Amino acid sequence: MKRIYLDYAATTPVDKRVLSAMAPYFSKEFANSMSLHSFGQKAKLVLEESREAIASLIGADANEIIFTSSATESNNLALKGVALADKNKGNHIIISSIEHPCVVESAKWLEKQGFKITKVKVDKYGTVNPKDVEDAINEKTILVSIMHASNEIGTIEPIEEIGKICRKKGVYFHTDASQSFGKILINVEKMNIDLLTASSHKIYGPKGAGLLYIRKGIKIEPILHGGGQENGLRGSTVNVPAIVGFAKAAEICKSEMEKENKRLVKLRDKLIKGVLKIKDSHLNGHPKNRLCNNANFWFSFIEGESLIIQLDLEGIAVSTGSACSSFKLEPSHVLLATGLRPEQAHGSLRVSLGRFTKEDDINYLLKVLPKIVKKIRSISPFKK
Amino acid sequence: MEKTNNNICGGLYTKKVIETFKNPHNYGKIKNADGIGKVGNIICGDVMHLYIKIAKNKKGEEVIKDIKFETFGCVAAISTSSIITDLVKGKTIKEALKVTKDNVITSLGGLPKIKYHCSVLAVDALTEAIYDYFKKNKSASSGTKEILDDLQKRHDTIQKSKEIIEKRYKKWT
Repeated sequence: MKRIYLDYAATTPVDKRVLSAMAPYFSKEFANSMSLHSFGQKAKLVLEESREAIASLIGADANEIIFTSSATESNNLALKGVALADKNKGNHIIISSIEHPCVVESAKWLEKQGFKITKVKVDKYGTVNPKDVEDAINEKTILVSIMHASNEIGTIEPIEEIGKICRKKGVYFHTDASQSFGKILINVEKMNIDLLTASSHKIYGPKGAGLLYIRKGIKIEPILHGGGQENGLRGSTVNVPAIVGFAKAAEICKSEMEKENKRLVKLRDKLIKGVLKIKDSHLNGHPKNRLCNNANFWFSFIEGESLIIQLDLEGIAVSTGSACSSFKLEPSHVLLATGLRPEQAHGSLRVSLGRFTKEDDINYLLKVLPKIVKKIRSISPFKK
Repeated sequence: MEKTNNNICGGLYTKKVIETFKNPHNYGKIKNADGIGKVGNIICGDVMHLYIKIAKNKKGEEVIKDIKFETFGCVAAISTSSIITDLVKGKTIKEALKVTKDNVITSLGGLPKIKYHCSVLAVDALTEAIYDYFKKNKSASSGTKEILDDLQKRHDTIQKSKEIIEKRYKKWT
């Protein structure tokens, strides 16, 4: 049976070129980057080269990048690190209502520690209004964290404007760029970004590497105390092969970005057009201002887990925001934040394209999906 | 309970659940049903409607001659709905009322713990359908005091849970 992977927003395969770049650092140059001998210093050198390469891709200095194990770790460090370092300056943090669970849960934890959290609303497309962020900032605000682009509905946020407001008000601005890094050109200066999270496994790099950009001068409280790695900000033996892979993956994305975006937008729009032909189907997220590879829909009268398992039985991998599919048994907070009712959020389907997606894959999905929707609707008590 | 070595879908569901989900039995409506059971809550994401047609067998006992379901819900919900129709079709009302959620789970080769509530929902749908039948047919022969009392208790419990859930999701109505 054909196997078609259309869940690139969840994770991506490691590109062959990335794997080749990583290989020497598993067995040949495997030493600990903190060791003083030449074996270790060789590892340190390649680590710093990777750091330099990635930093230049976002207009940052190398010493403003620290490597972590994941975007989740970076987001935890950004929020908790700033909050705990600045708790004497203030105790108010602003996030959006559509952030990734690692940001939401970090904020929840900080709330338990006595911090005040404001969740800025989004409109029906999932877009944050910069004015709402401005209105929410008060004299106790120490951090604003708004994601660059939604992992669920693909909507791209006006972070340059939001960053400008934060700069004007003297509040640090963090953005979770896990989904946008590698797809959209980012410049931390131009976009007024103070902290930024990025993830390796979203851009055809290995799992196990993430980064946190921290503007020079910003103090953060580390979460991992230990051997002084990453300028004392992140104790742990550095995962050199993963970081080498991360840097290589990022370079490939940068060089192929323009061409690849054009290709993906074409496929994505073909998919959206085709799916919306299905009766009682709707698009989630902004129709134009969305990630080049993301398409998220909801279908009336049916439930999402049934939809994705039926598609899985046809060899197609996608995801959903339905409650039944989440371990918490709650529908996607992102979809609810855009104004969907729970029963509508239950019927959602996220399709995310990638480097290895062919037009045939889209054609196959368009052939198979209407039949599946029809079948599940025929079992539903709510069919028209 | 769960047979992880028989699992398709990476350990979430058993082979039997997936097969049942792929080819569900007895879905649809029954026109002029003798009893209808409606359970679940669309806001929660699981809704089952169960329709039964009752007839007398050769011994004069009331049996479930026909049964159909309509379900809005996940793989587990559709599978438990389908399997319960298999378990009780052709059975007497007395026998049907003995079916438990554990019977449903066992017939499917197991369910993930997080999906156990779907097996409860299937049994509730059947209970409500039979309760509805007796309400409409006060002279039904299976309606012994024992059965009716038990049924009333179960119906009251189901209604109470319904109210609790509706209250929890009041902001969405």
